[in-house]
Amino acid sequence: MSNNKSIDRTEIRLAGEGGQGMILAGIILGEAAAIYDSKNATQTQSYGPEARGGASRAEVVISNGEIDHPEVINADALVALSQEACDKYAGNVRRDGWIIVDDEKVGRVLASHVKIVRFPIMRMAVEATGKAITTNVVALGVLVGLTNAVSREAIEKAVVKRAPKGTEEMNMKALAAGFEAAQDYIGRG
Amino acid sequence: MDIRFIQGNDAIAWGALAAGCRFFGGYPITPSTEVAELMARELPRHGGKFIQMEDEIASLAAVIGASVGGLKSMTATSGPGFSLMQEHIGYAAMTEVPCVIVNVQRLGPSTGQPTAASQGDVMQARWGTHGDHPIIALCPYTVKQCFDLTVAAFNMSEKYRTPVILLTDEVIGHMREKFEMPDFATVERVERPHIPVPHEWYRPYGDTPSDVPPMANFGDGYRYHITGLFHDDKGYPTQRLDEVDPWIDRVHRKIERNLEDILLWDEDEVEDANTVVVTYGASVRSARHAVKLARAHRAKVGLIAIKTIWPFPVEAVERATAHARRVVVPEMNLGQLALEVERVVGRRKVTRVNIANGEMVTPQMILDAIEGK
Repeated sequence: MSNNKSIDRTEIRLAGEGGQGMILAGIILGEAAAIYDSKNATQTQSYGPEARGGASRAEVVISNGEIDHPEVINADALVALSQEACDKYAGNVRRDGWIIVDDEKVGRVLASHVKIVRFPIMRMAVEATGKAITTNVVALGVLVGLTNAVSREAIEKAVVKRAPKGTEEMNMKALAAGFEAAQDYIGRG
Repeated sequence: MDIRFIQGNDAIAWGALAAGCRFFGGYPITPSTEVAELMARELPRHGGKFIQMEDEIASLAAVIGASVGGLKSMTATSGPGFSLMQEHIGYAAMTEVPCVIVNVQRLGPSTGQPTAASQGDVMQARWGTHGDHPIIALCPYTVKQCFDLTVAAFNMSEKYRTPVILLTDEVIGHMREKFEMPDFATVERVERPHIPVPHEWYRPYGDTPSDVPPMANFGDGYRYHITGLFHDDKGYPTQRLDEVDPWIDRVHRKIERNLEDILLWDEDEVEDANTVVVTYGASVRSARHAVKLARAHRAKVGLIAIKTIWPFPVEAVERATAHARRVVVPEMNLGQLALEVERVVGRRKVTRVNIANGEMVTPQMILDAIEGK
């Protein structure tokens, strides 16, 4: 898909601050692709030594074939939940790719020839589940709803599998809220 | 089928368990900590023991002790800890105690960057401990190989009574990929041989046709001495040249005569290649991507992905590069394995591709080198 037509790759980058769950979101997306969609996937990550704060990013590459280079070369989609993450990675999204930002955290998006989608992702999480901690799952709903990087069934199964016991329903609500927003966006044309 | 989406570090721990590892002594350090975490959880369930030691010096000491006591044993660390382990790597080589040391390389020197990738410990894995000594170092580039080469590391360490280093890196250690967990019963394991002689005849360092004297476990009734000093066939210190020379010859010969078993590498399309990329670990991933792109443009490019980096597979590299005009060596360091490749193919043919800032080599960097840019 990206980089070169001779190599089939879908590249997703999820970036924000440490503690926002971007790496977990990457793992869930990778599991959805590799286990539930039966494709190949790699997930890599980059984070600082801090438990919270600092820049944090996860990268997922999905392919029907072998995946060699496991990191994003030119993203098909970027999810940015902080201004710093958006500034750093917005320029590395392919032409006509997606940039999805939390518009209450990200003001400027320095990119052209890309589809820029702004949602209050954390507020949507609080409204859907009462918990900001589900922000990453809402973001996954938006991402998959817009890009179809994995099937809806696969991402649902992957979220349920990774959700701590007793929080499955809450996380499914968060995912659905993301999908709904994506569908509204597509419906608006 | 048990399909999982797991990290290289997890696969190392599962591989160790499958190989029969029943002791882990270590000190957690990023980016290797997941190996210790998984072993701490799983070893008690498998009838093994996990001990967190006070530092890496003690960690490898405990591993060597546990191995002498009869358990297949391992530790896992990263650069700063690997530096501390050097003394005991030499001790394990000198005393011929099987053990596996995992080094998930991070950016150095010193504390460096804990979460940043590197391949900066290649030469340290070979020569970090003092004195002439044999060593085996294996280098995986997929999650599946993390499992398989950990099993191989245990098997080689038992077969040849030597420490084996599993030299991986932050990218491969932390990368998740699809992995099919094998049935452990199907995994080939090398076990310590039965001692074929009565206690009083046992020579822990005696001559044998294989050059690997069978190792008796402490507690089995075979009394012998273990020391880091040069020793005679019973293990007692010696300075006699007719005991020192044969020892140093034998411990090197036991590796050199088994290169066919020890040396592992993969080749992609080297037959017609006028350019060959030679690399290992995470850099194989970037290289294979670049080689596929170059091949799509009809460039005659091949790849050697080295899995046993020590001993260095001299003949394999020699053969695969025989007709190459250019040999490209990408590494996440300023040029370490390139020194070996240059030794084999000649300095003029080699184009080094280096990065030492915590990031991976990109496929584009390798493509540029292939194209002579």
